[in-house]
Amino acid sequence: MGDLTELNLAEARDGLAKKEFSASELAQAHVDAVAASAPLNAFVLETADKALAMAADSDARLAAGTARPLEGLPIGVKDLFCTKDIRTTACSNILDEFTPTYESTVTQNLWNDGAVMLGKLNNDEFAMGSSNETSRFGPVVNPWRGADGQNLVPGGSSGGSSAAVAAHLGVAATATDTGGSIRQPAAFTGTVGMKPTYGRCSRWGIVAFASSLDQAGPICRNVRDTAIMLTSMSGFDAKDTTSIDRPVPDYEAALTGDIRGLKVGIPKEYRVDNMPAEIDALWQQGIDWLRAAGAEIVDISLPHTKYALPAYYIIAPAEASSNLARYDGVRYGARKAGVDLEDMYAGTRAAGFGEEVTRRVMIGTYALSAGYYDAYYIKALQVRRLIAEDFAAAYEKCDVLLTPTTPSAAFPIGGKVDDPLDMYLNDVFTVTVNLAGLPGISVPAGLDKDGLPLGLQLIGQAFGEEQLLRVARVMEAAAGFAARPQAWWKDQ
Amino acid sequence: MSVDETMVRRIATLARIGVGDEQLPGLVKELSSILDFVEQLNELDTQGVKPLTSAVEATMRMREDVVTDGGYPDAILANAPERDDDYFAVPKVVE
Amino acid sequence: MSETGGTNNLIGGATGDWEIVLGLEVHAQVMSNAKLFSGAATEFGAEPNAQVSLIDAAMPGMLPVINMKCVEQAVRTGLGLKAQINLTSVFDRKNYFYPDLPQGYQISQFKQPIVGEGEIEIDLDDGVVKKVGIERLHLEQDAGKSLHDQHPEQSFVDLNRSGVALMEIVSRPDMRSAAEAQAYVKKLRAILRYLGTCDGNMEQGSLRADVNVSVRRPGDALGTRCEIKNVNSIRFIGQAIEYEARRQIDLIEDGGEVKQETRLFDPKNGKTRAMRSKEEAHDYRYFPDPDLLPLTFSQSFVDDIAAGLPELPDDKKARFISDYGLSAYDAGILVAEAENAAYFEAAAQGRDAKAVANMVVGSLFAGLNKAGLAIADSPVSPSQLGGLVDLLADDTISSRIAKYVFELMFDDGPYQGRDAADIVEEKGLKQVTDTGAIEAAVDEVIAANPDKVEQAKAKPKMAGWFVGQVMQATGGKANPQAVNKLVAAKLGLDEDA
Repeated sequence: MGDLTELNLAEARDGLAKKEFSASELAQAHVDAVAASAPLNAFVLETADKALAMAADSDARLAAGTARPLEGLPIGVKDLFCTKDIRTTACSNILDEFTPTYESTVTQNLWNDGAVMLGKLNNDEFAMGSSNETSRFGPVVNPWRGADGQNLVPGGSSGGSSAAVAAHLGVAATATDTGGSIRQPAAFTGTVGMKPTYGRCSRWGIVAFASSLDQAGPICRNVRDTAIMLTSMSGFDAKDTTSIDRPVPDYEAALTGDIRGLKVGIPKEYRVDNMPAEIDALWQQGIDWLRAAGAEIVDISLPHTKYALPAYYIIAPAEASSNLARYDGVRYGARKAGVDLEDMYAGTRAAGFGEEVTRRVMIGTYALSAGYYDAYYIKALQVRRLIAEDFAAAYEKCDVLLTPTTPSAAFPIGGKVDDPLDMYLNDVFTVTVNLAGLPGISVPAGLDKDGLPLGLQLIGQAFGEEQLLRVARVMEAAAGFAARPQAWWKDQ
Repeated sequence: MSVDETMVRRIATLARIGVGDEQLPGLVKELSSILDFVEQLNELDTQGVKPLTSAVEATMRMREDVVTDGGYPDAILANAPERDDDYFAVPKVVE
Repeated sequence: MSETGGTNNLIGGATGDWEIVLGLEVHAQVMSNAKLFSGAATEFGAEPNAQVSLIDAAMPGMLPVINMKCVEQAVRTGLGLKAQINLTSVFDRKNYFYPDLPQGYQISQFKQPIVGEGEIEIDLDDGVVKKVGIERLHLEQDAGKSLHDQHPEQSFVDLNRSGVALMEIVSRPDMRSAAEAQAYVKKLRAILRYLGTCDGNMEQGSLRADVNVSVRRPGDALGTRCEIKNVNSIRFIGQAIEYEARRQIDLIEDGGEVKQETRLFDPKNGKTRAMRSKEEAHDYRYFPDPDLLPLTFSQSFVDDIAAGLPELPDDKKARFISDYGLSAYDAGILVAEAENAAYFEAAAQGRDAKAVANMVVGSLFAGLNKAGLAIADSPVSPSQLGGLVDLLADDTISSRIAKYVFELMFDDGPYQGRDAADIVEEKGLKQVTDTGAIEAAVDEVIAANPDKVEQAKAKPKMAGWFVGQVMQATGGKANPQAVNKLVAAKLGLDEDA
């Protein structure tokens, strides 16, 4: 049978269909891999019993010929998704042992399609971070290690998801992206991460960070797997007013391999100051691959690109400051007793929120407060419109855009914690996409001089996921990225 | 743009996050540097630009006036840090 | 701004006259089955936290979806207030912390409310009518309820009310007296009940008023105002205003300054007191709710609602005056509640409307009040009341007998709910109008009481005694006017003595 965790999602799906192994065997293999992955700290809660029970159910359906699209496929769930009767914490102390009595729509979609839950995955607290170092459960360690064996960050906020997929702990993981939290960790771990168009996936039951920017999406080992997961995760939800009522195509069927005549835009403003030469070189490589595949390369300008990061760091914290007001120790989560109500609020939230969350809630509170609202919040929303208009204008000239995903490869744990701004710069290529509500995907494209993965980002038009995935698949094939991290954690 | 300790205290109060005196200098520094960073938005002339609050270009969908929810106080109170029968309990408030 | 009230509303202080300036913010719970942004029920009186959805409890990941009925009700109310309906409006979050506000924000409307400027006419004493401007109406969530008196160290929170739809109706500061404020609330409540958009039940809290009170010397700029929150009866509104105005006047006349603050009215002592609050003025940090989109509907949506509006109190009152010849006073009383007006109209068809009005406003309302009944539960139906009026109209019975018969028809007893004609027949209550019979009775009483006859010559009012005696002798059935006339004549007195 071999190591079943070597099989990617599509291979596992096909293997189950051909009865080469059972769902229970597949689940057991992944459960064992998860159990041996403690040094990575990717999982904050392992649900082995549940996984095996779900797998047994999958086996029955496979035998009966009623297999669903993801039947028996083991996946991990970012601890931002509420899972019924299973502790959900957003990796924050303030949620303590909160156990939802309800299931998020996206994960319910996955269970309805037969997927099997391995456990909850680590993330930056309340999805605020780019390195998974702000979690109450401690940092996640990137399966990829530095040249001298250093522990590196897996990216964030979906660091547990990206590390798990890179380490073959499950065939896929759910994640969320508000400013790059799927794409950047995918780039840091040599995996594929996709944020769909805003409104494609339901936000119901996902712990909210910034409502107008958050989107759920998959992290997988390759583009095909990503397309398969996206098909199951997507769909209209009447319980989410921002959910868009549009049919979900079979995204896997969009991977025709043919992008001849497609126009790929190269936005010049993404060539930032001090851009590392190898990132620039990789970007050029991506351009060459797509041209070779028959695409037309078009020079594009997105003039307001540099203002996206500052706009994001007003809008996201502002929305977060309001979304996190409900964590007050009254109805769920941790409560710190106080001499009176105000004392209880202040003590509960001070003890429950980490430093990064506190910083962002305070920035957001300030940006919305009397006297500053117009100068900060409104200004940022105006800039947001300019950025969205940049993309709209660009898409009159091209079909998709190609950019680097991140300004660097994964950095050492602890390497940027002293300067929040330095950390924020990780998102410089990704936040534009959230502000405009567009779909974006990161595909592993090469290695840096230290042998660490680098990703290239493709940005699509609203609800243009099929086209986006098609281009991503072509670029993936051209890149032929086959590097794997050594499974050093199994020896520890 | 900088904030000072008084402002940080005021923000912390609005946000109901307890902040000790020893934390103030650090917060002043960090928040000020973030605010300095976002200051660059003022380089842009946004006169007449309509703020974009949502990427969704659609009108709000409305639902029918039917009772479809509620009626499960146990689930509502299941995670309560403190409860009394079917009420949430909090430190007493004097109005 | 309307400066004239028609009457001088100034109140005197130690150093001269003062004018009270009043504006009201009324919170009216929307009549709907489910809440504004969640599908939980809205009925009053449920067990604690039994009508709470995950959304109402602000569980992680929960999202709002708007109830179309609440939007319709707000539009309907706006039309009833002759107000501008905004086809596009925005929901904003009003951020603050309180245990009965689970999200830590209230979804409300700040800069772009669903309804703009309108006006209502309020009815004051002596038939004076004054226009009061409406600034705006917006939709917002109600908060839950906190109970502070169940436990020595804890407050208890019930979220049943959390998320129920409220219409906040803001008046212009056009009112100048407690009476005007009370008339405003009465009229607003009547309009809401007519429209079926709010049941106006102040005891249950489905209608509450925040009263903004300030005082100034006539002609001066507006004074600093205080807001008295959540006054839940029309009577208390009057008391609170009287107390607060006097408090402010005394304060200023003693050399002090009115501090802008939020106050509560305590019905037990009739006073207002400042709410315990932090020095920080509330900074609500309003911003558009990113979980929602702008609310937009078409003009035809509005027109459909307009087409279905019922006749409103003012129009009904005008029609009662012109079509039924009622006085403004009587018409005003009848239209105060739609059910009363409907009862009256049903009874008034094909007969003397004024007589019907008299009986409705008199005997019927008295009976209902005494028995604590709603008009829908009246033992006497409109047609039965009409039947009684008919007997009075054709002199079959006297008005005194009519009152008596009404009581028999209304009160618990063997005649309850029966037709007037039957009762009169069975109890032999027909009026005696035969002049000869009455004359004979008068003669008898006069003959039997010569000394009183003498007294009557000196003191004409003694005629009343004779009338009483004749009425008694005829078992109350003699026509009183005829008795009066004959007694006066027989005693040789001027009839009008």
